[in-house]
Amino acid sequence: MLSAKFGSDVVSTHSDFGDDTALVRRERIVEILSYLRDDPALLFDFAMDLTGVDYLGEEPRFEVVYHLYSLEKRHRVRIKVRLHEDDPVIDSAVPVWPGINWYEREAYDMYGIVFRGHPNLARILLYEGFQGHPLRKDYPKAKRQPTIGPEE
Amino acid sequence: MAVKRERDGSPGYTLTTLESLVAWGRKYSLYPFTFATACCGIEVMGAFGTHYDMSRFGAEVVRFSPRQADVLLVAGTINYKMAPVLKRIYDQMLDPKWVISMGACACTGGFYNNYTVLQGIDKILPVDVYIPGCPPNPEGIIDAVVRIQKMLETGAPRAAERWPIK
Repeated sequence: MLSAKFGSDVVSTHSDFGDDTALVRRERIVEILSYLRDDPALLFDFAMDLTGVDYLGEEPRFEVVYHLYSLEKRHRVRIKVRLHEDDPVIDSAVPVWPGINWYEREAYDMYGIVFRGHPNLARILLYEGFQGHPLRKDYPKAKRQPTIGPEE
Repeated sequence: MAVKRERDGSPGYTLTTLESLVAWGRKYSLYPFTFATACCGIEVMGAFGTHYDMSRFGAEVVRFSPRQADVLLVAGTINYKMAPVLKRIYDQMLDPKWVISMGACACTGGFYNNYTVLQGIDKILPVDVYIPGCPPNPEGIIDAVVRIQKMLETGAPRAAERWPIK
């Protein structure tokens, strides 16, 4: 269905175990997500989850995963986008679903994936002075942060 | 200390030093500030409850304001995000003050050997008494309070006086 409409922007699709999944390109991601939300046959009005995945050693390295659900039609879909390490930037989906705001902040916090056009792309779980992105697989396990006092 | 008695046997007056009198007063009026961030906090509640009854030691009046407390009882995991808050609370407490580090997390980070947990509150605070265990028994908390009372009795220096350790 997506392939018919967006053609070459959809890299691959599969439905393993009944989970509809589409790997798409990042260039038209907002367009694709808006179509999924607004098409009367799909109506994916609920962005359940957004997260990042770090495939260290593969190229492209990062992946952003969207889990969408339709409250009316009661069906789900998973959208994946692969991002290169030297340019982990993707357009923000906040204009499509306002509730995806914090998920994108979390992905930025943990993986350093930048969401272009996000209204407030700040760390959400960690504090501002934290150095690094701890869920990246090359983040050293024993790394400690400099202890910060209240005056800073 | 010398006790002078009257001829009929009734006590007259007592000679002592002002310091030891004040220390004796402090000893039975420790006001703990419970900084409970995790499961150790439940053990603290048990220690202050009816069964273990911390009020036997004069340390019953738990104050949740640093301005009215002189014993900081850190019960639970302290992560880097919480560390500045804990430090500020310690700085706002009354002098002379004591710190009890309760449980494996507060003492060493416990099994949270990861990027977000402070590996022991002694990185930021002078700790007087460590309570080992995960979680410690209420007896452990009572023991820590009694140890602080012993420090007062013997005039042992507080950890804050030796801080920071170079």
